[in-house]
Amino acid sequence: MNPILVLPGPLQAEMEMLARRGYPRESCGLLLGWSGENGRHVVHYQQPGHNLAAGNDRYELDPEDYLAAEMAAKAAGLAIIGTWHSHPDHPARPSATDLALAWAGWSYVIIAVSSGNVAELRSWRLGGGDFAEEEIYHD
Amino acid sequence: MTESAAVLIRIPTPLRTYTAGADMVAVSGDNVADALTALGRQHPGILERVLDERGELRPFVNVYLGSANIRSLEGLGTPLEMDDILAIIPAVAGTIPR
Repeated sequence: MNPILVLPGPLQAEMEMLARRGYPRESCGLLLGWSGENGRHVVHYQQPGHNLAAGNDRYELDPEDYLAAEMAAKAAGLAIIGTWHSHPDHPARPSATDLALAWAGWSYVIIAVSSGNVAELRSWRLGGGDFAEEEIYHD
Repeated sequence: MTESAAVLIRIPTPLRTYTAGADMVAVSGDNVADALTALGRQHPGILERVLDERGELRPFVNVYLGSANIRSLEGLGTPLEMDDILAIIPAVAGTIPR
């Protein structure tokens, strides 16, 4: 059974807008919410982050944005349950580097942006050394 | 001899599997390395995710003291004071597929 990510439509639209706006650079952010039954992840909001990486083919979220998001999550009784980033002109599947740098238990939403338009959005979760694709529900 | 500083360490979500879900852990230590070692004693397995085999901070992990990255202070040797708050921050990074 694939892991499940509950991602409300308006939040998906928000991330897609940021990914389009950031093109041709990679955009990134954090997913805040909670972990429910059977490891289901429910996203309550997303927090965009600054991409500190040089070049259009990589991202590195500013650790200060992470710290701020973690404190905001705690204050709201939530947790950081994953991240999102865009792949400009590349498919929405994780790269070998994405895998090498991934943390077990988090959801990794990837938004493929092609010529400035969103081509697809998929989400992945690391388990047993590899990514499994998440099923995305919108409510 | 003075007592070591009592400090709190914020644990990021991916490492809470080692702390039975706790998001903050209280430890004592004169500097960051001491505090992390104390964390590792309390919660086996977590230290290996933060430090490499040579005891250096892993490249894709940051540790903040308050709002300052310890890499911009004195690294693992950064001294601690009573009630300081350390935060372990996992890197959120990657590249496009090759």
